[in-house]
Amino acid sequence: MSVMLVFLAGIAAIIIWWMAQQRLTSRPWLEVGHVGQPGGGEQSQIPPAKIGLYVFLAVVGALFSLFISAYLMRVGTPDWWSTPLPRLLWLNTATLIVSSATMHWAKTEAQRGRGDTMRTALLAALATAILFLTGQIFAWRELTEAGYVLADNPANSFFYVITGMHGLHIVGGLVALGRTMTKAWSGPITNSLRLSVDLCALYWHFMLAVWLILFALFAGWANDFADLCRQLLT
Amino acid sequence: MVDIRSGAGETIPLAEVEDVELYHPKSWWTKYVFSQDAKIIAIQYSTTAIAIGMVALVLSWLMRLQLGFPGYFDFIDADHYYQFITMHGMIMVIYLLTALFLGGFGNYLIPLMVGARDMVFPYANMLSYWIYLLAVLVLVAGFFVPGGPTGAGWTLYPPQSILSGTPGGKDWGILLMLSSLILFIIGFTMGGLNYVVTVLQGRARGMTLMRMPLTIWGIFTATIMALLAFPALFVAAVMMLFDRLLGTSFFMPAIVEMGEQLKQGGGSPILFQHLFWFFGHPEVYIVALPAFGIVSDLISTHARKNIFGYRMMVWAIVIIAALSFIVWAHHMYVSGMNPQFGFFFATTTLIIAVPTAIKVYNWVLTLWRGDIHLSLPMLFALAFIVTFVNGGLTGLFLGNVVVDVPLSDTMFVVAHFHMVMGVAPILVIFGAIYHWYPKVTGRMLNEAMGQIHFWVTFLGAYAIFFPMHYLGLLGIPRRYHDLGDATFVPDSAHTLNAFISVMALTVGAAQLLFLFNLVWSIWKGRDAGGNPWRATTLEWQTPQTPPAHGNWGKELPVVYRWAYDYSVPGAAEDFIPQNHPGLGVPTRETGS
Ligand code: HEM
Ligand SMILES: [Cu+2]
Repeated sequence: MSVMLVFLAGIAAIIIWWMAQQRLTSRPWLEVGHVGQPGGGEQSQIPPAKIGLYVFLAVVGALFSLFISAYLMRVGTPDWWSTPLPRLLWLNTATLIVSSATMHWAKTEAQRGRGDTMRTALLAALATAILFLTGQIFAWRELTEAGYVLADNPANSFFYVITGMHGLHIVGGLVALGRTMTKAWSGPITNSLRLSVDLCALYWHFMLAVWLILFALFAGWANDFADLCRQLLT
Repeated sequence: MVDIRSGAGETIPLAEVEDVELYHPKSWWTKYVFSQDAKIIAIQYSTTAIAIGMVALVLSWLMRLQLGFPGYFDFIDADHYYQFITMHGMIMVIYLLTALFLGGFGNYLIPLMVGARDMVFPYANMLSYWIYLLAVLVLVAGFFVPGGPTGAGWTLYPPQSILSGTPGGKDWGILLMLSSLILFIIGFTMGGLNYVVTVLQGRARGMTLMRMPLTIWGIFTATIMALLAFPALFVAAVMMLFDRLLGTSFFMPAIVEMGEQLKQGGGSPILFQHLFWFFGHPEVYIVALPAFGIVSDLISTHARKNIFGYRMMVWAIVIIAALSFIVWAHHMYVSGMNPQFGFFFATTTLIIAVPTAIKVYNWVLTLWRGDIHLSLPMLFALAFIVTFVNGGLTGLFLGNVVVDVPLSDTMFVVAHFHMVMGVAPILVIFGAIYHWYPKVTGRMLNEAMGQIHFWVTFLGAYAIFFPMHYLGLLGIPRRYHDLGDATFVPDSAHTLNAFISVMALTVGAAQLLFLFNLVWSIWKGRDAGGNPWRATTLEWQTPQTPPAHGNWGKELPVVYRWAYDYSVPGAAEDFIPQNHPGLGVPTRETGS
């Protein structure tokens, strides 16, 4: 559960940082009548949808931290044979990075108010994300054809379940992206469209980060990293 | 030293908070069924939760009938008994308490108490309820499929939960249970995002965090905990589904089932226990924190006194929430873990007792010299304190490794957790319903029926669970369908068991009276007016009762004071609503 605890420590740090700005030591019973600034400096100016997304990403982060924790508790048991990483995964990783980059491009274009390039960028992001998913399915096929099937070995099981879960989250992102795109194609750039693109970009970057961590985990770098930490500590 | 910011004479420009666009329902269907109004969703959540809770209540009767009068009811065989235990436990903890506190009270109270027109994402909020309903239906479907519901115990420990020796293990039962949990978590996450973001961003002007009623603090913190803890159950459920359906070995060790070596092997049941309790322990506080918050408000309102040590109450809630994420393994003392860990977890467990005790002291000090009105909400709040202290004390016993090991899996544990997380939160729920029902319907619940309901429930609950401590010390194990002729069980224990069962049926009957009261009072109850308890918080200051769509009239309320200005010296009335600007004098200094 160590990874989950590290993740929680991160969340706790954010919460403490936030609470430190909330005047939690004030004496409310003495502050009668005082209303403060509109919004009071208590509520942030960030739009609610964005805060909602941050909270949601915390939940998704918890989910993957728990999967990784489970993986690390199971790894190295006597019946564990590492699954080889299909070459294709490198290509997929590159595709996802490109996808994230184009989302970022769409976001900056939306902010500058350039509708046409933004739409191109969104299309590119959609295409690359779908390409990534297809690539993942091909990687699965490659593995099963080489005999690494789901139930034979815990390493395989974890690989399929965790990559599958990541893929499902990308699919969910595609739904959001689809809705953003219908908005983008049906009118000029409004604030709400800008926000949607912004949120999609945030989600894309987050899922990319999750993927890079998972990739490192499957490639076995996590073990090297853990060994390194252990050496540093002893 | 202290800055008194008195604003008696200040004029404050209104309506600087920009109005949110409200969703306006167009037809009867979108107004009352597929509604996006948090108040309707709250009522939908609550009725569904209470309905499924009744199922769990009936299951507890069946279990008690078997335990009290073994041999008389042949349709309750061992398999059925296990199925009843499992469904009873799971329904009570998740589908009743969690759903009712967060989905029910959370939806109703958050927008009203912080002065918002509605939740920030009404559409997701609506989906949340419908997914919850689907989860409940999938769960109930377990009773009708071949093999019946799962009998694995509410902890669902593998490998037994997915083997053929357990009812539902190789049939539909466990599949439906796991799917239902997954649905519940997805639905809850949608609702939970709403509760958190509404508290963060939807507050009315002047409603600083430290002016929020403790009810909101409790629900808010519990929601954050639930958002972070439920994923652990989600992960466990997904991996168990794979083990059961696709033959993976996440949790399955090498096992010979019915003389046949299974293909699976090498998996770790302990891994499941870690995941399960990483969710399971915070779950206790997900249920307890809203109860703490609500009780604080009930006590303050019905004792006409400000809550003692408001700041400490807030901090205690936050600290309890943080600590409860690092104590989970105290449920695993008997799973053969490293004794060092046992020591660590025993320590953290005992540390949680400190903020919890502070809360209890503060409640008592609030009551001290208060003008206590023994109204029904107050009675339930008092009963809660007594019960909670009682259950908390036995918890201190069980938190110690040496004491826990012999008591583990006896009736003592059953008595303990029913006291702290069964009876205590349920008492708060009752108190809260008596308190807020007038706002929801505009009418008071019938007092006479309420008194009967209270006394039978409170005394009855003690008659049920107190003797169970004694049975536990005798060594009577939990989850046993029939004690047989074990020599260590004295005859008196059998008599006691019969007595407990009779009391369980009596308490159950009182709940039927309560349900009748809920329905009867909608039409026949005394007219309540807008603020029958003369309370300060915003939900009692709405222009209409029951509050209309959008909660407030044209203008959003502006908040000038905290939620506990009761019996302020020099004030015209013994309460000053939070949106009342006048009278800049601060309340007397309280302990902080
Ligand atoms: C009138 C009220 C209730 C009665 C008579 C009752 C009775 C019982 C009985 C007889 C058992 C099985 C004991 C055993 O043989 O091990 C049980 C288990 C349980 N009950 Fe209750 N109960 C009541 C209310 C509640 C409530 C409100 C909760 C909510 C938290 C709850 C949660 C549980 C749990 C979690 C279990 C353990 C299930 C398991 O072992 O897997 N009960 N109850
Ligand atoms: Cu616990």
